This record gives sequence, structure tokens and C-alpha cells, in this order.
Amino acid sequence: MSGVEHLPPWAAVITAVLLLMGAAVTVIGSLGLLRLGTFYERVHAPTLGTTLGTVFIAAASMVFFSVLQSRLVLHEILIVALGAATTPIALTVLVGAARFRDTAERAQLVEPDER
Amino acid sequence: MSQLVLTYSLLATQVLLGLAIGCGALRIFLGPRAPDRVLGFDTLSVNAMLLLLTFGIRTGEELYFEAALAMALFGFVGTVALAKFLLRGEVIE
Repeated sequence: MSGVEHLPPWAAVITAVLLLMGAAVTVIGSLGLLRLGTFYERVHAPTLGTTLGTVFIAAASMVFFSVLQSRLVLHEILIVALGAATTPIALTVLVGAARFRDTAERAQLVEPDER
Repeated sequence: MSQLVLTYSLLATQVLLGLAIGCGALRIFLGPRAPDRVLGFDTLSVNAMLLLLTFGIRTGEELYFEAALAMALFGFVGTVALAKFLLRGEVIE
């Protein structure tokens, strides 16, 4: 059952705009992951997709299903909350690992004979 | 008319998210060091989760939401496990 044809026009337009904004923000973040120079710069870019992109696309899904079923469908908030809570934790651990490896490499470069 | 707008914007969203997944995959292959590859995996899983949500809107099925939720959860667990592995060489200390 594809419900796109049963949707009133205003809801279709709102869903389309929210979807396109979310996809555009996500693509900008992923291009930043590809383009930026060092790892510590690259870590910032994909969070654009995990926060704003997820919020926009989840909002589009909420509008679509709420209008289609004529009741409030809000369980996409779960995905937004999960993304907002887990992404900082994961990236903090990842940057900690990268810094640990950086300092280990530098120590090995400076004093190779004391180890 | 507006349904046509929604159909084409769904198509455009899927293409853009596919492009974003391609960026993540390219970073996994290119990444000069190991943390870059883990970051690419994290980006790829989040973008795939968004693509699943878009599939759900396109087909009108509620089922894709649960798949997206599981994907977000497993993406987080995978990233943290890989980062811990890079930190110490073992996942559970």
C-alpha cells in the first residue's frame, strides 16, 4: 500500500521540503568528510548529517504518517534522541583513540632507543 | 501535482543519500589511517539509516522504522567497539 496518492497537497509539499533539506544537509556533511584535510577536521563534518539531517528526515516521516493515518505518529523522535545521545559519545571515544595513537607514534619518533 | 512533487523529491532524496553513502564508503577505502576508516563506517551507517527512513516514506510501510532504529543502535555499538579496539587493542578490558 503506497499512500502517496492519498495525501493532501499541503502535507505532500511539507514532506517534500523537509526531505530535500535533510538530504541536502546530509550530503554536505558527507562531502566534508571527503574533502577536509586532517582527521580532527574530518570528525566535525558528518555530525551535520547525524543531527540536522536526522531531525529533518524524521520530521518528514512524522508529518507523512500523521497525516496519512490521521493520528499523531511520533515514534521517530526515538531515532532523533538516540542519534543525539550516541553520536557525541562515539566520536569522543574515537578522537580519544586517535590522540592516543598520535602521541604513541610521536613518542616512538622522538625517543626510539629508550623503549 | 503536489503528489508528483513528493514523488520526485523522494527520488532526489534517495539519490543524494546514496551519494552520501558513497562518500562514506570512499573514506573507508581511502582513509590514510585507521580512525578515518572507523569514521567512514559511522557516516555510512547513519546515512543508510536515513535511507531506510526514506524507503519507509516511499512505500508507506511502518516496518522500515524499526529497521532504522536497529541500524542506528548497531551503528553506535559498532563505532564504539572499533574505537575501543583502536585505543587498547581489545574491546572489553
